[in-house]
Amino acid sequence: MQKFDLLQGVAAPMPAANIDTDQIIPKQFLKTVEREGLGKGLFYDFRFDLEGQEKPEFVLNQPAYKGVRVLIAGDNFGCGSSREHAPWALLDFGIRCVVSTSFADIFYNNCFQNGLLPAIVSAADLHALMGEAKGANHVFAVDLQAQTISAPSGQVVSFQIDAGRKEKLLKGLDAIGETLVHETDIDRFEDKRRLARPWAA
Amino acid sequence: MPAMPGKTLYDKIWNAHLVAEDPNGESILYIDLHLIHEVTTPQAFSGLRTHHRPVRRPDLTLAVADHNIPTEGQALGVDAVADPEARLQLQTLGRNVKDFGIEFFPMGDIRNGIVHVVGPEQGRTQPGMTIVCGDSHTSTHGAFGALAHGIGTSEVEHVLATQTLRTRKSSNMRVTFVGEPIPGVGAKDYALALIGQIGTGGGTGCVIEYAGPAIEALSIEGRMTLCNLTIEGGARAGLVAPDEKTFAYLMGKPAAPKGAAWDMAVSYWRGFFSDPDAHFDRELTIDVSKIAPTVTWGTSPEDVVAVDGVVPDPASFASEDKQAGAARALEYMGLTAGQKITDAKVQRVFIGSCTNSRIEDLRQAAAIAQTALDRGLRVADGVRAMVVPGSGLVKEEAEAEGLDQVFLAAGFEWREPGCSMCLGMNPDRLSPEERCASTSNRNFEGRQGRGGRTHLMSPAMAAATAIKGHIADVREFL
Repeated sequence: MQKFDLLQGVAAPMPAANIDTDQIIPKQFLKTVEREGLGKGLFYDFRFDLEGQEKPEFVLNQPAYKGVRVLIAGDNFGCGSSREHAPWALLDFGIRCVVSTSFADIFYNNCFQNGLLPAIVSAADLHALMGEAKGANHVFAVDLQAQTISAPSGQVVSFQIDAGRKEKLLKGLDAIGETLVHETDIDRFEDKRRLARPWAA
Repeated sequence: MPAMPGKTLYDKIWNAHLVAEDPNGESILYIDLHLIHEVTTPQAFSGLRTHHRPVRRPDLTLAVADHNIPTEGQALGVDAVADPEARLQLQTLGRNVKDFGIEFFPMGDIRNGIVHVVGPEQGRTQPGMTIVCGDSHTSTHGAFGALAHGIGTSEVEHVLATQTLRTRKSSNMRVTFVGEPIPGVGAKDYALALIGQIGTGGGTGCVIEYAGPAIEALSIEGRMTLCNLTIEGGARAGLVAPDEKTFAYLMGKPAAPKGAAWDMAVSYWRGFFSDPDAHFDRELTIDVSKIAPTVTWGTSPEDVVAVDGVVPDPASFASEDKQAGAARALEYMGLTAGQKITDAKVQRVFIGSCTNSRIEDLRQAAAIAQTALDRGLRVADGVRAMVVPGSGLVKEEAEAEGLDQVFLAAGFEWREPGCSMCLGMNPDRLSPEERCASTSNRNFEGRQGRGGRTHLMSPAMAAATAIKGHIADVREFL
């Protein structure tokens, strides 16, 4: 997993609440057996009309937001399905950080498996960041170590993340490798389980 | 010495599966059952191969093919699947289960079907278990008193490699359902009413236990419908404490314990309930006698309205963002504020999905179809109505009861099992602006096909809607 420490780049506003995983990456892109290349499907129905032409009004199609790295999004981002294709698509498109007041649980977890930072801020701070992202200058800086987001006006907002998740993201740790350190604990648990619940083997 | 504080059902399952705790705040939980399917596993198996890791417990893993399979011609086999990407994904699963020694019910096997129908049907789902699957509707299995939730593909790889999940404990929430429902109201309406009340993010960070007399009165399949929709309220998992109904449902299922092991298992399962003095972080009570047959009007499962109600006015919402969201939803749905929801004409009806494709669901829909036939009515002109059973075994049972004949006589299509038009990964999907009465779980924009307009409702309501040609009140057919 790629590490996350500092990020500087274009931030785009998507103020709608409840942006779900079907919108982030529609179903037709889930038939891949790869992790890569999903950026082409990101927000597909927002980006393209029924004829496959770009919709100029959609924020990520606007020249000012080309090269987007940070998404400033409405409440409850990533609700819906468990598809990890959602963070894969965001990352493949270049987005490394999504800022919102809240994230759906499974999406939130999936972000941390892939080095994508879901930053939780207060409603007031989200409102302020949304305003700045809509402005002419919308290059933000995100500092995971300091847990801050700096907006172009100089406003600095702090975001929440628990210490364990932060550390894993900073170091880019491999979760399976970490768990396999506990292999004897798992062996011991299975021995106990076999005795207590023989029908479950 | 102070007494030990009471534990919730969730606490008890959690404690029984805790392998280790990391200083970073993560816990390693043992997983009793890992269900897998074609869409969210290919990248997980590639990860295993890259790192030369085996599957730790193939015997605790079960594979089905459900998300992208066609609902006709399944006997022709995977090579006959028209969509090359879907075919490759199905072939990839076939190769992966073979290489790693995992039990698999392939397309066309009578035991195959939607993963959340198959687990319980096979008796693989049991009380007190931990169950995961790369699918958010894994919450369904909570109906048996199992801690069950969806995971991402990286976590699928983690569970395959270690038979554990790294996770953090959620909060405890309890929703108590009291009262007696009016005729025509059931588990689907309970769930929609709850989501309408708490919102689609209302349960985020929680595991919800459903309790109370109205839950005890629900059948196991009704409980599955309710737990299935828990994720639509933002909570990863729903739970119902196991009771005599649970044990009766499980007894004799292929993977249920037998003989002395059965007795031992039941006595173990009886320990899974919330202690009377257990603490819940959040509590809510819902009186089901006040719930009408419910449908959705918008593009989020929280956008609910009683079937005798009207489409809301965006101006009636509290915040500017909500108002904008409602206005956009109405535009997408092609509805006008203040119109009666029953005025919405449908072109499609879908009875199926992991929410509502079990035998009881099909019986309820077929009963409405039979009433229609008795009145000389059939599916309305201009409406295409599909019934997609949840598994090959559900299909077989329905056919043994003659339900297929009722559906066919009334003008419904009788299809082969799979996820089908719930998410439209297979050829069953809506065209732009087609309106669909659906027994599935998500009315998101584009969910059932780009531009498609989904109204969620119960199987009986969907059948009534098929007959009338517009959103209809099931009570007209009772």
